[in-house]
Amino acid sequence: MYEFDWTSIPGALPFLAQGMVVSLQITGVAILVGIVWGTLLAMMRLSSASALSWFAAGYVNLFRAVPLVMVLLWFFLIVPHLLETLFGFPRGSDMRMGSAIAGFALFEAAYYSEIIRAGIQSVSKGQMAAASALGMGYAQSMRLVVLPQAFRNMVPLLLTQGIILFQDTSLVYVSALADFFGAASKVGDRDGRLVEMLLFAGAVYFVICFTISQLVRYYQTKLKTA
Amino acid sequence: MITMNKVSKHYGAFQVLTDCTTHVAKGEVVVVCGPSGSGKSTLIKCVNGLEPFQSGEVTVNGISVGDPQTDLPKLRAHVGMVFQNFELFPHMSIIDNLTVAQVKVLGRDPAEAQDKGMALLDRVELKVQALKHPGQLSGGQQQRVAIARALAMDPICMLFDEPTSALDPEMINEVLDVMSELAQEGMTMMCVTHEMGFAKRVASRVIFMDQGRIVEDDSKDAFFANPRSDRAQQFLAKILQH
Repeated sequence: MYEFDWTSIPGALPFLAQGMVVSLQITGVAILVGIVWGTLLAMMRLSSASALSWFAAGYVNLFRAVPLVMVLLWFFLIVPHLLETLFGFPRGSDMRMGSAIAGFALFEAAYYSEIIRAGIQSVSKGQMAAASALGMGYAQSMRLVVLPQAFRNMVPLLLTQGIILFQDTSLVYVSALADFFGAASKVGDRDGRLVEMLLFAGAVYFVICFTISQLVRYYQTKLKTA
Repeated sequence: MITMNKVSKHYGAFQVLTDCTTHVAKGEVVVVCGPSGSGKSTLIKCVNGLEPFQSGEVTVNGISVGDPQTDLPKLRAHVGMVFQNFELFPHMSIIDNLTVAQVKVLGRDPAEAQDKGMALLDRVELKVQALKHPGQLSGGQQQRVAIARALAMDPICMLFDEPTSALDPEMINEVLDVMSELAQEGMTMMCVTHEMGFAKRVASRVIFMDQGRIVEDDSKDAFFANPRSDRAQQFLAKILQH
């Protein structure tokens, strides 16, 4: 019978907290960049200029057709070389955080752009017509009229995608970056208590993600009644 | 003020407008009627370029709408339009609906835009609703706000696209009253509507459309007394039975 020993957890908490900060940083930046870049992609996809539309479609299809962990590995292997060559970064500097964030942001943008595209299409065409009739140009109509409504409808989906992204940050273990999951497994290895540490890490992920998804659900019911 | 010369439009093989020619003089109120699918809405949307057309010419105040050189947003800013489904901006308060384009398009001072907006809301008797959102108002109230929103831009003419078709019967008159007042003040108006009572009271001329063509374009009295085409006679017989 396996004997659980949880004693290594309290001492490891500061290290785990640092890992959590890394996870949250990656999540936060990737969500922000993903939404901004995803919005641009969605607008390109919906634009009547076929070159833009094709580019966006190609981008989205490419990133949605490859596994995330592979994208992360590409960025881990390629980005440092690129920065060294292009911008003269010193060889061997630690790019793991930067390349992880870049990988996540560019990957997630593909998913966000599809959510945002659906959101833009959910706003009735008449709204664009009304904005145009008032003399607003395309960019103004989008910014003042269409996107605010689109985002309002999209908030639940965007948050849900954010939760998935937060869980996926654990994949940065491929670059040996100490995010929360990585930190937990390092401590577990060190103390020979991997099972306990991973159970604990799982519980923490669960509590965070479950809480946020409940908030999303609450927001959704509020949105419906509003 | 508005001229249309042989305007034609098609979606693929489907011909929506064929050689439509008419004009609206300053201060005139022209009612556009006809069976559904006859191209009435498309016709007035060609006036501010919301619907592109393939051939012919539309000018507003001498400016060609179809000319690629024309600054369409600038032109549209001075052509008021009221839609069947109101199309107020649901994420903004009523007063913001009236001020946003004044400030962002015309570059008016926000305080001035606010004053103008409140005065227009007062005019359509909705000043007390200024801070509410469109969803909290009845259809008739929303349409009055939509008219006020268009007027806030100091339009040189107004286009109405079936402004009462989406309204419950008891709300139609409150909207028609506002439109009648506008007409009396000399606003140049082009109205797609089935409200023949409104046409009889307010219109200077009536345009009757069928299958994308302007079949009749006559003074109000001539149109109602003696429509020349069979289609117009049938249409009037059906619509005036009630």
